[in-house]
Amino acid sequence: MLRQLTGPDRRGLGAAAKSRKTAELRSRVATADRVVKSVCPYCAVGCAQNLYVSGGRVVQIEGDPDSPVSRGRLCPKGSASLQLTTGPGRESAVLYRRPYGTEWEQIDLPTAMDMVADRVVRTRRDTWEEECDGKRVARTLGIAALGGATLDNEENYLIKKLMTGLGVIQIENQARVCHSSTVTGLGTSFGRGGSTTFLQDLQFADCIVIEGSNFAEAHPVGFQWVMEAKLRGATIIHVDPRFSRTSALADLYVPIRPGSDIAFLGGIINHVLTEGKDFREYVLNYTNAASIISGDYADTEDLDGVFSGWNPETRTYDVSSWQYEGPPVQAVSGRRLRLDAYHTPGRSEAHGSGGAPVSPYARRDETLTDPRCVYQILKRHFARYTPEFVHRTCGVPPESFRRVCDALIANSGRERTSAFAYAVGWTQHSVGTQYIRAASILQLLLGNIGRPGGGIMALRGHASIQGSSDIPTLYNLLPGYIPMPYAHSDENLDAFIDVISTRKGFWADARNYVVSLLKAYYGDAATPENDFCFGHLPRLTGSHSAYDTTMAQLDGVCKGYFLFGQNPAVGSANARLQRLGMANLDWLVVRDFALIESATWWKDGREVESGELRTDQIATEVFFFPAAAHTEKNGTFTNTNRLLQWHDAAVEPEGDRRSDLWFAYHLGRLVRERLAGSREPYDRAILDLAWDYPVEGPLAEPSAAAVLQEINGYGPDGRPLSSYTQLRSDGSTRCGCWIYCGVYADGVNQAARRRPHTEQSWTSREWGWAWPLNRRILYNRASADPDGNPWSSRKECVWWDASLGRWTGHDVPDFIEDLPPHHRPADDALGTDALSGVDPFIMQGDGKAWLFAPAGLMDGPLPTHYEPQDTPLENPLHPSRRRNPARLTYDRPGNRYHPPGSEVYPYVVTTYRLTEHFTAGGMSRWVPHLAELQPQMFCEVSPELAEERLLEHGGWATVISARGAVEARVIVTDRMPSLHLDGRVVHQIGLPYHWGPNGLATGDPANELTSIVLDPNADIQETKVLTADIQPGRRPRGRGLPLLVETFRRRAGIDPPDEQEQPERQGPRTRRGGRG
Amino acid sequence: MAPRAPQVQEEAGYPRHPPRMGFFTDTSVCIGCKACEVACKEWNRLPADGPFELTGMSFDNTTQLSASTWRHVAFIEQRKPVRAPGGPAGDQQDLRWLMASDVCKHCTDAACLNVCPTGSLFRTEFGTVVVQDDVCNGCGYCVSACPYGVIDKREDDGRVFKCTLCYDRIGDGLIPACAKACPTESIQYGPLDELLERAEARLADLHGDGVPDARLYGNDPADGVRGNGAFFLLLDEPEVYGLPPAPRDATRDLPAMWAHAAVAAVTLVCGIAVAFAGSRRAG
Amino acid sequence: MTTRESAGDRAAGTTGQDGRRFASYYDRHVVKPPVWHERYVGGYLYLGGLAGASSVLAAGAELTGRPRLARAGKVAALTGISLSAAALIADLGRPERFVNMLRTFKPTSPMNMGSWLLAAYGPLAGAGAVTDLTGRFPAAGRAACYGAALLGPAVATYTAVLIGDTAVPAWHGGHREMPFMFAGSAMASAAGAALLAAPAAENAPARHAAVLGTVLELAAGRLMRRRMGMVAETYERGRAGSLLRAAETLGVLGAAGALAAARAPRPRAIAALSGAALLAASACLRLGVFAAGVASAEDPRYTVVPQRERLSAAAS
Ligand SMILES: Nc1nc2c(c(=O)[nH]1)N[C@H]1C(S)=C(S)[C@@H](COP(=O)(O)OP(=O)(O)OC[C@H]3O[C@@H](n4cnc5c(=O)[nH]c(N)nc54)[C@H](O)[C@@H]3O)O[C@H]1N2
Ligand SMILES: Nc1nc2c(c(=O)[nH]1)N[C@H]1C(S)=C(S)[C@@H](COP(=O)(O)OP(=O)(O)OC[C@H]3O[C@@H](n4cnc5c(=O)[nH]c(N)nc54)[C@H](O)[C@@H]3O)O[C@H]1N2
Ligand code: SF4
Ligand code: SF4
Ligand code: SF4
Ligand code: SF4
Ligand code: SF4
Ligand SMILES: [Mo]
Repeated sequence: MLRQLTGPDRRGLGAAAKSRKTAELRSRVATADRVVKSVCPYCAVGCAQNLYVSGGRVVQIEGDPDSPVSRGRLCPKGSASLQLTTGPGRESAVLYRRPYGTEWEQIDLPTAMDMVADRVVRTRRDTWEEECDGKRVARTLGIAALGGATLDNEENYLIKKLMTGLGVIQIENQARVCHSSTVTGLGTSFGRGGSTTFLQDLQFADCIVIEGSNFAEAHPVGFQWVMEAKLRGATIIHVDPRFSRTSALADLYVPIRPGSDIAFLGGIINHVLTEGKDFREYVLNYTNAASIISGDYADTEDLDGVFSGWNPETRTYDVSSWQYEGPPVQAVSGRRLRLDAYHTPGRSEAHGSGGAPVSPYARRDETLTDPRCVYQILKRHFARYTPEFVHRTCGVPPESFRRVCDALIANSGRERTSAFAYAVGWTQHSVGTQYIRAASILQLLLGNIGRPGGGIMALRGHASIQGSSDIPTLYNLLPGYIPMPYAHSDENLDAFIDVISTRKGFWADARNYVVSLLKAYYGDAATPENDFCFGHLPRLTGSHSAYDTTMAQLDGVCKGYFLFGQNPAVGSANARLQRLGMANLDWLVVRDFALIESATWWKDGREVESGELRTDQIATEVFFFPAAAHTEKNGTFTNTNRLLQWHDAAVEPEGDRRSDLWFAYHLGRLVRERLAGSREPYDRAILDLAWDYPVEGPLAEPSAAAVLQEINGYGPDGRPLSSYTQLRSDGSTRCGCWIYCGVYADGVNQAARRRPHTEQSWTSREWGWAWPLNRRILYNRASADPDGNPWSSRKECVWWDASLGRWTGHDVPDFIEDLPPHHRPADDALGTDALSGVDPFIMQGDGKAWLFAPAGLMDGPLPTHYEPQDTPLENPLHPSRRRNPARLTYDRPGNRYHPPGSEVYPYVVTTYRLTEHFTAGGMSRWVPHLAELQPQMFCEVSPELAEERLLEHGGWATVISARGAVEARVIVTDRMPSLHLDGRVVHQIGLPYHWGPNGLATGDPANELTSIVLDPNADIQETKVLTADIQPGRRPRGRGLPLLVETFRRRAGIDPPDEQEQPERQGPRTRRGGRG
Repeated sequence: MAPRAPQVQEEAGYPRHPPRMGFFTDTSVCIGCKACEVACKEWNRLPADGPFELTGMSFDNTTQLSASTWRHVAFIEQRKPVRAPGGPAGDQQDLRWLMASDVCKHCTDAACLNVCPTGSLFRTEFGTVVVQDDVCNGCGYCVSACPYGVIDKREDDGRVFKCTLCYDRIGDGLIPACAKACPTESIQYGPLDELLERAEARLADLHGDGVPDARLYGNDPADGVRGNGAFFLLLDEPEVYGLPPAPRDATRDLPAMWAHAAVAAVTLVCGIAVAFAGSRRAG
Repeated sequence: MTTRESAGDRAAGTTGQDGRRFASYYDRHVVKPPVWHERYVGGYLYLGGLAGASSVLAAGAELTGRPRLARAGKVAALTGISLSAAALIADLGRPERFVNMLRTFKPTSPMNMGSWLLAAYGPLAGAGAVTDLTGRFPAAGRAACYGAALLGPAVATYTAVLIGDTAVPAWHGGHREMPFMFAGSAMASAAGAALLAAPAAENAPARHAAVLGTVLELAAGRLMRRRMGMVAETYERGRAGSLLRAAETLGVLGAAGALAAARAPRPRAIAALSGAALLAASACLRLGVFAAGVASAEDPRYTVVPQRERLSAAAS
């Protein structure tokens, strides 16, 4: 009051009322001791974070405004990452559940590590398989690992290296269930399996079609670039079964029936082709439109739904009739390549960085009139994809369809570009790869690949899921998309190189990459004399995908399981089988932040609740290791831009929390200690492993920088290499992942570069490092015309500078720097010498992008519309081939499929994400600030369906499939349209899939309903579309739950109850092809 | 020309002061991600609101601005009747999903501030309105005074809380946590005059692009609170978003109220005088 | 709700009583319902009025030589003001910080002004009562009594400003008439207290005050509701309606009783009964006003519709 009388603030409203405490307020950001640079640990946008540290604790986490990707912004998850890392949800002590135990016990970390090492040694010994069917396999199927997309590249690298050294092949991570079909789809089309463009480039698009992605919700900070484009006048189109937060911001929303996108995209392709609206000069020069296909080829249009080469017995294709006309495909050695050796399970994914083998000099018809040229085949193939067909199949009315066609055509060509953005709405289908192929074809016809504002933006999932594909913890791949060797074909290095390399382009140098990898793995033990220890690599004999591993667990083959940050009891298809598989293990190691459902199923899982399992009868030993968070470790994440970003540790982890790098390294050390001196031949591989990483700090943390340097590779002089072109096949170079070679160029950690975006051009080449060789737009040679000039000044990216004699521009040219546009190679040239000046797709065997895929795919050279596994509809195109004939089914108890068109499961279900949660919930359901925003599992239904099934807004409903039942609160909303397909109404049920019974925000997991049915190229499950019934009210508890599911199954005429999957061990079953 | 924001700082005893700072929340680009809600809670260490139950109010589960939610994102699902009768129901062009992040308006005439008996609420040198948690005695007067229903009392704590416009950040030259997080720049922070100009331009753009529903809210210095320090671009009537269409600072009527009270007091005295007068010698 | 109704319909709005559509956000309140506790703040309004008017009554009695009536007034004033201050403090979230009320002098804050008023009035009322009861310092006591009587009317009516200066539609909407209503009610309650406590011989002014007060209260209340438009509903419905009807009935009965008491066979008992009725009436009135305020804040209609009307009036 005194100040009021004496000061200018007479009324006591301002200055006079200020307290001393207020006057002294400072922000804890400004007063922090230090600022540590990091990256958001949630999604693949890879937003940069500043960690503010005071008094040895992280006190605030905010966006880093310097980042060209995020410009300082963070979505709710990124904003909650302080609570994620310092909140009450995190465990800090090792927990142990002994066999048949009913509670957790605490044991100390060293003891736990010793116990796990003992179990690895024992199980490996007991289950070692030296040969299979007379071929050497040198492996164990007794151990498996899952997870990696949340981990750093360095961690994935060590895990894969260790497991491979141990002979473990069942190594998988989220990349399988998430985007594996992206790798196969984009890889076979363009030569690389990564997004062709980067988020920031979307701002230059004139039209963006978001289809199969809920961009605004799942990549919120990346969405700023869509908004940027919109503000510049671009047309934003969202094609999705549901009206989501993305649709709300779009100019045009088009509802579509899930599972029908090939029909929709095929319709646009047909429109473009019949109206002649393709970008002819681009198509002619940069795609294989002119290539002539073998006369033996027959289309699905000719063979009623299958392509030529179909073998109904094996349910696989012999792909030889899909080849280019001309001499048979030859291996580098000049021998004729056996395509069947190439087309084995999991191989398609090797196109993540390199195309399939083809004859580089196929006959071409530049007039595009030859009936056997790709262009004409395409025209015929898609001719029946009319607007009426689209309407009938997708539920998209002709007017909306027309508007999409018009927008795309108007915004493509020389002056304009359109981009596609998709994510797992496209990938998770039994035809996922072909969805992406369809988009690739369309974008190629419109001339939108390799150009600014164009491309196909594959929106990847986790913080480093791109990295966990590139440096894979995947069964079928070695780092850099080098395939894992097969027992029957890849007996030695030469045979292996023959199968995997191409005669033209960079993949012709495969031997350099493979040998350098073997040197990185086995160090000095790898010599030319012993084939660089190629024999140490365990061999595949078939598919060992995550779902095959589940089967192996159910079948009692797989006995030990590592979960490196993945929650299959919630996140994987058919959650019940996931849990039953785990209940059949000898031991399980879970490394995570919180006690996720995959760690606690033995005491509180559904099957325990229903009495199907009894805790005191489950033999599985469970180890829970608390994981260190991103704030507590160094390493790199690879985001959806293929961009590696290094993050620094801010603090030491507390308690027993350790990084996965620490775990992998010390586990390897302990196992090697136990085996030291062993004379068993099968222990050689693990003992020969180069496993001498420097450790630092009080926790003996291995140096992530040292691991990254190994990934980058060393030259003969021991200095880091700068480019994969420096790799050699004589053993003088070592490189842990050839496509990441250059990340340590000049001995500098390029991934740690943080030059603010405000100080550089829009490609921001000095922020982090993108593979390959820091290129941001792939195939950017295509941004220039055949003569090397930009198609238009509006869309310039790289161009040929004749005065300098090299390619130059805004991006790093994705081309041989000094290869002139008019260069034409000699007819017998090989490898990179065989590339011509108009071959922008340098990883392809013919330098061209593939409208038609003559090799590399398991289910056809062209996308064809097939219905999903569970579907209420006929296939009007191919009535006798309703579904993808090559899809992989596992028709066994516990994984029953719905009879097509079943009245018992009449509604279409789709599953998806919400902005506020993350995946299977481990990183959001325990975080109060996120949990409160979407506190409970719900389902979304249209008012029509609500009326039909008497569902009440806000009430409860139970959704039932042949696999299980879930309850959910009901949201009745117009956002979930009931689709009108030319007279028929299809009601949809929308289910977010984030919940489980643990944590703060709880609910039933949607994956109780889903089945395991896979895309044959990528082994990805069909979790985006299934069918079910919905009933008002909550689900029964206890025994009533399986009874309910069984009752429905019986009504649908699905197998008698006694054949249901029982918790006890099953006899071995192999997977089968589909039944069409 | 955009109206200029009243510079309230001088009235509040800051002869020398930085420009008046505020928010322009452009709801036409809001993606409803709630980053603003979370960033605010993290910065201000606010508790989550239990119980963890679904409200059924579209995607809004925090329901309102409160003592522990200082940014609140509203979700409104609308069906505008443009669907041709009998036409295809598949094309959902008539569907709208409005999202808007609400916050304290930092009113020019702030009722909460005016009525606060302790001086806990005060006007800062940036022209914002802030509660001082070391002064507030939890009388709750401000809660009833605020015409927007912003400020609220936390029962377990006893005091009231609301957005401070990150007074503890902007003084250090930082931008508020919510604005910093917002992925689409739906929340823009800056000198109020600049924001008002930018908002007018954006409005004109939207009108030009055929969004006639767009309007500004809280930008008018002639309104019942002399304009807001945090104003909005809305796509429908304010009440659709839970905002009052014509809020007023009740304190404007205070002189009248005092006058009426005085007359009433005199009436009371007179009344009793009359009572005595009429009772002379009666006892 | 029908099953066809979707989240969208629920957000879209509701139809007003009069058939006018108004939009709302899921029927959620726009202004916050008061966080004040009815018990405390309703009690505060009531007791403040009782005290303020009692002081005036006491001064009148003092002037006209009615010592028993004066004492009753003084004691009622002290009791009223003490309890009312206690209620106010009890309602605070941080009662120990009550003194912060006097941290500033803020004419824009009725509560702040009220606190200063109480700070001045309370000791006077106290001194008046204590000197009277103890018989010590009579001159000072008398001075205190007159002093309290000077401030008393303000104490009785300022509470109307206190609640009027809010965004609560039922309160702010009545800001003109509410002081009169409160003045009347205060007068009636003070009279009621006097009727209870003072002997029949001295309480004729109280009887008249009871009638005058009740008439003033009822008249002001009627006028207020008429001028308030649709918001008046909140005074007529629900809990507020019941309380206010009770207040009206009790007030009329009390006033009638007070008038009748003079000629009734057992004046003391009747006076006491009507005194109690008047006290109860006043309490019901304040609680009713409080409840109406809460009801008007809870329903967005009472915030939105009048504002819309104001806007269209301004536009036309
Ligand atoms: N907030 C948040 N962000 C995330 C994640 C998260 O859990 N939460 N997860 C991260 C991960 S791991 C991933 S993989 C990405 C996934 O990102 P998105 O793929 O965008 O996420 P989803 O919501 O699963 O699916 C996208 C959309 O596909 C639609 N859809 C389903 N089936 C079809 C179909 O057949 N055709 C078409 N056109 N659309 C279909 C769904 O309705 C949904 O809107 O998000 C990442 N970002
Ligand atoms: N029905 C349906 N099912 C789906 C999908 C769908 O759309 N619909 N989407 C699929 C997709 S795309 C994906 S990616 C999966 C995701 O499914 P999951 O990967 O099973 O789910 P997350 O919850 O992401 O699991 C990752 C775990 O890693 C932990 N973690 C985080 N950081 C670290 C770390 O540094 N170290 C360790 N050790 N652990 C860490 C987290 O706490 C979390 O529990 O779900 C798939 N399942
Ligand atoms: S979750 Fe994704 S979008 Fe959100 S802050 Fe993290 S990286 Fe950015
Ligand atoms: S909106 Fe309410 S709380 Fe905010 S300044 Fe205005 S009156 Fe105060
Ligand atoms: S509750 Fe606190 S801030 Fe609000 S008016 Fe009372 S003292 Fe002021
Ligand atoms: S300005 Fe600060 S306090 Fe206000 S809502 Fe934003 S983050 Fe919260
Ligand atoms: S952060 Fe921005 S976009 Fe997200 S909800 Fe808040 S205002 Fe909207
Ligand atoms: Mo994913």
